[in-house]
Amino acid sequence: MNVITSISFTIIPLFILVVLTAAIWQKLPAYELFVEGGKEGVTLAISLLPFLLGMLVAITVLRSSGALDAFIQFITPLLSCLGFPAEIVPLGFIRPVSGTASLAMMTELIQTYGPDSFIGRLASTMQGSTDTTLYILTIYFGAVGIKRMRYALKVGLLADLIGIIASVIVVSWIF
Amino acid sequence: MVNLIWVMMILIGIVYALFNGTLEQVTQGIFESADQAIGLVIQLMSVLIFWLGIMKIAEKAHILKALSSFFRPLIARLFPELPKDHPVIGYILSNITANLFGLGNAATPMGIKAMEEMQALNQLKDRASRSMITFLALNTSGLTLIPTTVIAIRMKYESIAPTEIVGTTIIATVISTISALLLDRFFYYRSVGRE
Repeated sequence: MNVITSISFTIIPLFILVVLTAAIWQKLPAYELFVEGGKEGVTLAISLLPFLLGMLVAITVLRSSGALDAFIQFITPLLSCLGFPAEIVPLGFIRPVSGTASLAMMTELIQTYGPDSFIGRLASTMQGSTDTTLYILTIYFGAVGIKRMRYALKVGLLADLIGIIASVIVVSWIF
Repeated sequence: MVNLIWVMMILIGIVYALFNGTLEQVTQGIFESADQAIGLVIQLMSVLIFWLGIMKIAEKAHILKALSSFFRPLIARLFPELPKDHPVIGYILSNITANLFGLGNAATPMGIKAMEEMQALNQLKDRASRSMITFLALNTSGLTLIPTTVIAIRMKYESIAPTEIVGTTIIATVISTISALLLDRFFYYRSVGRE
């Protein structure tokens, strides 16, 4: 385990080292290239703003109105009938929608039930095993100006659902 | 579809708030989240500038090309529409690698760069190409080896074994990634059949 964690810490400096050494070797103007590439980052971030803001506002309206909570409350008993732990249902719904909200929710579950409890482990697995589908699609399609996502959202959300079910099964099976 | 989803999220929220008496929270939420978006973009800007700068050097130094020729067979299978030895493959691989090692900060700029390259190859500019959707299927399913943030939070709450969830996370993420790729194939062939 420690090996993987330390790879994670070393990979960035190592990558930079390789890139810069290769640049010097080929006598490239490394600093000028860095600045040139970095400029793209400025315009890109600015052009992403309306996409991100629009999506974030919509998510917030849905949450702050209480509509999302009401829906989760309605669906929780149905899901716990199917063997889905009730405490984890809200996280399952928030995970694909908002990264910050689901991180906050996972932290709260870990705080309440303890990191080494069944719920704590399940929340950790669910949070770590998938990414925020809506955010990814917004950012990546927004960056290149794609308006028609076609089946991308369907694929993302269905895979999330499978990932969540897999988390429940794997965590109850292993621990 | 995005248009409809976006409008419905806001409409349902406002109508529900009307009956639930939470209009004040909604109004407040709108402007708070707009503010949050600015903060998020500023955060994103710093990593974008840094990584796009480094990646520009990497591209000119032919590192991305070397990377893509090494993994060509695998990528060719996943992305049959992308030309061989194109720099886009280098960006895709860098994005996947960064995700595997839990380096979300580095993954996003490389992923955006990959999207830009795929957009240059795209025929219909406002419509997602097959390769883009496959690429995003990989990203949304969150293929990772080390869930860095989760481990950090578990440590903060004094877990006896903060890393014990790594195994379950890898199994779950592999299952969801394989499902995402299969679903991607399934919906692609269905959409081709329709056209």
